[in-house]
Amino acid sequence: MSLIIQIENLSKSYWRDSMEIPVLHNLNLEVERGGFLSLMGPSGSGKTTLLNLIAGIDRPSSGKVIVNDSDISKMGESALAKWRAINIGFVFQFYNLIPVLTAYENVELPLILTKLSRKERKKHVETALSIVGLEDRMHHSPRQLSGGQEQRVAIARAIVADPLILVADEPTGDLDKNSADEILTLMKRLNSEFDKTIIIVTHDPHAARIAKIVHQLDKGELIIK
Amino acid sequence: MKIFKLLLKNSLRHKLRTFLTILGIAIAVIAFNVLRTVVTAWSVGVEASSANRLITRQAISFIFTLPYAYRDKIAQVQGVEEVTFANWFQGVYIDKNQFFARLAVDPETLFRVYPEYLISEDELATFKKERNSCVIGIDIAKKYDLKIGDVMNIDGDIYPGNWDFVVKGIYHPRDKTTDATQMFFHWTYLDERIKQDMPGRDGEVGWYTIKISDPSKAAAVSEQIDKLFKNSMAETKTETERAFQQGFLQSTSSIITSMNVISFVIIGIIMLVLGNTMIMAARERTREYAVFKTLGFSARHLVGLIMGESLIISAIGGGLGLALTFPIIAAFAEFIPKGWFPIFEIETITIVFSVTAALMIGILASIFPIQKALRTKIVDGFRFVG
Repeated sequence: MSLIIQIENLSKSYWRDSMEIPVLHNLNLEVERGGFLSLMGPSGSGKTTLLNLIAGIDRPSSGKVIVNDSDISKMGESALAKWRAINIGFVFQFYNLIPVLTAYENVELPLILTKLSRKERKKHVETALSIVGLEDRMHHSPRQLSGGQEQRVAIARAIVADPLILVADEPTGDLDKNSADEILTLMKRLNSEFDKTIIIVTHDPHAARIAKIVHQLDKGELIIK
Repeated sequence: MKIFKLLLKNSLRHKLRTFLTILGIAIAVIAFNVLRTVVTAWSVGVEASSANRLITRQAISFIFTLPYAYRDKIAQVQGVEEVTFANWFQGVYIDKNQFFARLAVDPETLFRVYPEYLISEDELATFKKERNSCVIGIDIAKKYDLKIGDVMNIDGDIYPGNWDFVVKGIYHPRDKTTDATQMFFHWTYLDERIKQDMPGRDGEVGWYTIKISDPSKAAAVSEQIDKLFKNSMAETKTETERAFQQGFLQSTSSIITSMNVISFVIIGIIMLVLGNTMIMAARERTREYAVFKTLGFSARHLVGLIMGESLIISAIGGGLGLALTFPIIAAFAEFIPKGWFPIFEIETITIVFSVTAALMIGILASIFPIQKALRTKIVDGFRFVG
């Protein structure tokens, strides 16, 4: 299998006033195309930071993040925004749906950036919503949906533009057990049936178990299991 | 879904806040338009003044009169084409609130010097013939429902007594800026009665209006006229009609300046109102902007989202204000005494200015929220707690 993500000597520090707070130290990681990786670790271990760096929504202090042969650490803001639109689907812990838009419109958002016609966009949105099993709720607003349904809409939004990689930060962290199981099953299906490379950050060992590979992070260092 | 739909939905997210902001902008636009209209109405006399007319008045003050005998001397000055004259009569018609210009004039020359007062030949001929007749502007005729043959009874104050005038003509304005709210009657009718009732005050006119053949020689002609009466009992001051009107305006210049300043302060207030709304909206949506950025929306898209929303609110507020301006100005024109502002209409430039200002404010009010949204890193946006 070819590699889709290569991380080389990655370090990341944050600055609070004049104090440097190191988060990741000299980290190296490779993820295969179609892989399903789970990042676990205690709070403050750097899991979310690593996920954000892979997704191109944060910048490394040093080192390289190569995704699908592109070194995204060298990209400008505008190029990186375009790159994210094409390559990354992001699932958040708190769904982050736009409250004034319906489920359909939320899922359609990433497609507004493409050159697809209205008809083509409709087809893509309906397909994404049917994959997550919410085709009958497409005209509901987020507040008319349960937490599990909102997260499924967020997943539909993440996959609608058919990205290479799906990243999820604590996707089941705000859900009850049944809803969480539904989301995990859905993610497993996206990996196995649709060949999406998935990286999830979780505290939940049950959630981590559905991944093919589990990596542990502690104090900014990777412990490969 | 189109971006415009998202902009509309965002604009209506806090309906009460958006409604109040739109209302605030609309009220400010109305206030701006009304103030500007008052300012322009105030100076309409200057706009309407003709380049080929001079006004000769008493050098000391406009309130002092000039001898009627000056007329022939002025007429002989080179470059003078026609001379007419008038006295400010004032008086009370119906009650003291009914204000409009009531002037004793020379019927033979008035309408030749003021070709912008349009009157039929028949009516003018009758007016010239009948000593106690008068001619009124169409706006006065409409306001008081006066027709040819009606009698206007005026209680004199500057020239005491009871004065009756028969309406024998109604003039129409040639131009938009022509004053159609005046009443003219025979100067001789006034002078004859003064001769009887107030001997010693007869043979006096308020001012002369002089039609000149070449406007470029206005200064030279003015100088010649004033030279004629130098060291006399009643020295004259001759100036162009425009300068004469501006002189009137100067006495109220501080009021006009205040109105001008206030009208522009209002624009500043609109900007603060809208700016406040946009800052609150952008602050509440910090997380959402982080989501948009994560999904691949660029800085250009965010600028469009924030500025678009600001422009929608300012355009609706500006449009509403403009739509309401017309009936409000019409009502205002009805409410104020007709003679105060002969022309009380919103100017095209005021409309253009208020619409442009509303749109510019929409853009300016979005600059700070845009800067903040663009400067906030995605990861900081997700951490933001509003």
